Amino acid sequence: MIIAERKPVDEIVEMVADAKRVLVLGCRGCVSVCSAGGEREVEILASLLRLGCKKKGQKIETIEATMVRQCDKEYIEAIDQWNGQYDAIVSMACGVGVNFIANLRPNDIVYPGVNTGCFGGSAEQGVWTEQCAGCGNCVLHLTGGLCPVARCAKSLMNGPCGGSQNGECEINKDVPCIWQAIHDRLTRTGRRADLDKVAPIRDWSSAGHGGPRKVVRDDLTV
Amino acid sequence: MSFTPDIQIFCCHYTSQQAIAEGADGLKEDGLPAGATINRLPCSGKLRVSTLLKAFEDGADGVCVVGCPADKCHNVTGSQRAAHRVLAVKKALAELGVEEERIEMHHLERGFHPEFIDAAVAMNERVMGFGPSPFKDEETPAEKAPKKAAKKPAKKATTKAGKKPAKKGGKKK
Repeated sequence: MIIAERKPVDEIVEMVADAKRVLVLGCRGCVSVCSAGGEREVEILASLLRLGCKKKGQKIETIEATMVRQCDKEYIEAIDQWNGQYDAIVSMACGVGVNFIANLRPNDIVYPGVNTGCFGGSAEQGVWTEQCAGCGNCVLHLTGGLCPVARCAKSLMNGPCGGSQNGECEINKDVPCIWQAIHDRLTRTGRRADLDKVAPIRDWSSAGHGGPRKVVRDDLTV
Repeated sequence: MSFTPDIQIFCCHYTSQQAIAEGADGLKEDGLPAGATINRLPCSGKLRVSTLLKAFEDGADGVCVVGCPADKCHNVTGSQRAAHRVLAVKKALAELGVEEERIEMHHLERGFHPEFIDAAVAMNERVMGFGPSPFKDEETPAEKAPKKAAKKPAKKATTKAGKKPAKKGGKKK
């Protein structure tokens, strides 16, 4: 899922300084699962906005709502039901949702309520870790399912650097060296020979270095 | 500054036994501050961050959350969850530039004990030092009077704590 975190309240209060009516819009997708922008977080942010504005002597009204998703045109169109009732939207979806609102509602003012972080998973209650970089050219079949692009600090493709000590990365003792983990895993599963293959110089164009990415599926387009 | 702080106390079924047994008059005799309101919950773990924020929106100057000792909660981790939510509100208050000490978590043994009253008294004194909540409406006393008269004690906020979240289709505030 996409991992996000709520922005500091004072930052959001500053964003909506000119608005008297704010639509706080959550998303039931990834940000709901990582407790950053679901229904509960919408309720909290709306309350914090009212408190923050009250403290500054500003009057603000909030509408609280949560869409199924904010990354599909159909759901963005549903914002029509609040037409004329808000001056600005604070989207608590990931950056995709904010962009979709901006793309599809040219006259609406939209602000981000969260900082979008990474693609990750829930390591334990309240802890999320990055697992995938979305680089567009997956090599997990060669690395035992562990991603060196996202989980190696240097995104190395041919084994660990000299900073790998006792299975730990030099950037932080809490960060495991993913290349050590890849080696251990491939050894354990009898596939260490996979490491003999030398990865060629990587073409990063699929990782966004060639501009914004687009996927077109002719079998699905209408 | 002379004012009567509005102290909202959220406590679980077990830590509120004293409040139930003694009633309002008994608690007053024990020294419960005049502006303190007790809001009972089945378990402090039932508390949501939004309920605590709503207390400040509704005019609380200080908020006390009272739950069982961390390792003796009737619902195992309820009071630990409440403590985490209090921390979340403390963080939010700090972000808003407000004294985070306006909310406090207390882990108390169930039953009758002076610490329950002490927690409210300590918060009352602390808030007296801070002054009124900066979130309070700057209403005239005439505007405030009818609102105060309509305000119900304890039960009202207990209902609030268990309130269902946002309705489908958005809710306006």
